[in-house]
Amino acid sequence: MAEFSLPANSVPSEGEHTPAPAGAKNVRTIEIYRFDPDTGDNPRIDKFDIDLADCGPMVLDVLIKIKNEVDPTLTFRRSCREGICGSCAMNIDGTNTLACLKPLEDIKGDVKIYPLPHMPVIKDLVPDLSTPYAQYREIEPWIQADTAAPANGERLQSVEDRAKLDGLWECILCFSCSTSCPSYWWNGENGYLGPAVLLQAYRWLVDSRDEATGKRLDNLEDPFRLYRCHTILNCTQTCPKGLNPGKAIAETKKMIMERKL
Amino acid sequence: MTTGNRPLSPHLQVYRPQVTSVVSILHRITGVGMAFGSIFFVYWIGAAAYGPEAFAASKELMTSWLGIMFLFGWSFAAYFHMCNGIRHLFWDMGLGFEKEQYASSGRAVFVCSIILTIITWLIV
Repeated sequence: MAEFSLPANSVPSEGEHTPAPAGAKNVRTIEIYRFDPDTGDNPRIDKFDIDLADCGPMVLDVLIKIKNEVDPTLTFRRSCREGICGSCAMNIDGTNTLACLKPLEDIKGDVKIYPLPHMPVIKDLVPDLSTPYAQYREIEPWIQADTAAPANGERLQSVEDRAKLDGLWECILCFSCSTSCPSYWWNGENGYLGPAVLLQAYRWLVDSRDEATGKRLDNLEDPFRLYRCHTILNCTQTCPKGLNPGKAIAETKKMIMERKL
Repeated sequence: MTTGNRPLSPHLQVYRPQVTSVVSILHRITGVGMAFGSIFFVYWIGAAAYGPEAFAASKELMTSWLGIMFLFGWSFAAYFHMCNGIRHLFWDMGLGFEKEQYASSGRAVFVCSIILTIITWLIV
């Protein structure tokens, strides 16, 4: 049964409010979810009044500014700052996205920043993604073929077959989509693979060079792994790379149906 | 998976409702609502079979303002569930999966079910 409210140890309390420095020109309030594993206290929501006059344009810029200038204990993952590593995925202004691709300008009112939803929190904005990583392993995301590769080199693909992978290979596994999905919230631990992993499963299903399509479909044909998708579509709406996991899942369901006909 | 004493990050509490997700949860709510409504429907049919007094009592119940309110709700639930069900049938055929179609087909479900409900109540 789905648990709609947060467990007692997870309900955030009000945290500290850091005022803006004197002479600030363009102040905005940034609300950030904080959890310190060393204290064992409940998470709290800290507020920082930040002068955006000398800050970069993206949410990641303001997080780095806070860490550098206000509170060095603020913890979050980041690396490439250009939307290709997937590290800084978090819940910003009510939807999941990459902090480095989210302009502060696009957010009305206070900027509210939470970790990816319905995940165990390691510290502050850092969630434990072990479950989705294990599920990614479960779909065996590598090419599988019994036919030997051509002696003179690589397995070739027609331009048309290669085009089928567009919109799939671009996924950076940030898990914004999976953690936006209510069905993944309630069923992720019960075996539902979630949109990110199912998009990757489909990426191998449609790869013309892969010969394990039947086995892959067998593994997916399960009430939980695939069919907990109820087309809620938070996944596609939130994908920071503009991909469409909802469609990939529907195509997978169609493939299972069509092979029965 | 053992998470120790790690807190669970907020989910429903912070996630922004969208046309697509609202239509999805309403599909389920209207489905459950209709299941309760069907009990009422069985009572009505049963009353008709039982005799004129029982049927008159059921009619009185259903034409009370509370009864009308519930019937109105159930008629909307039926139309909403039907319209979104048709949307799901298209999805099952792999149609309507372009990004810009998601919210617009959801809005269409709202508009159609409201119009059908109003037409029904104008007729009765």
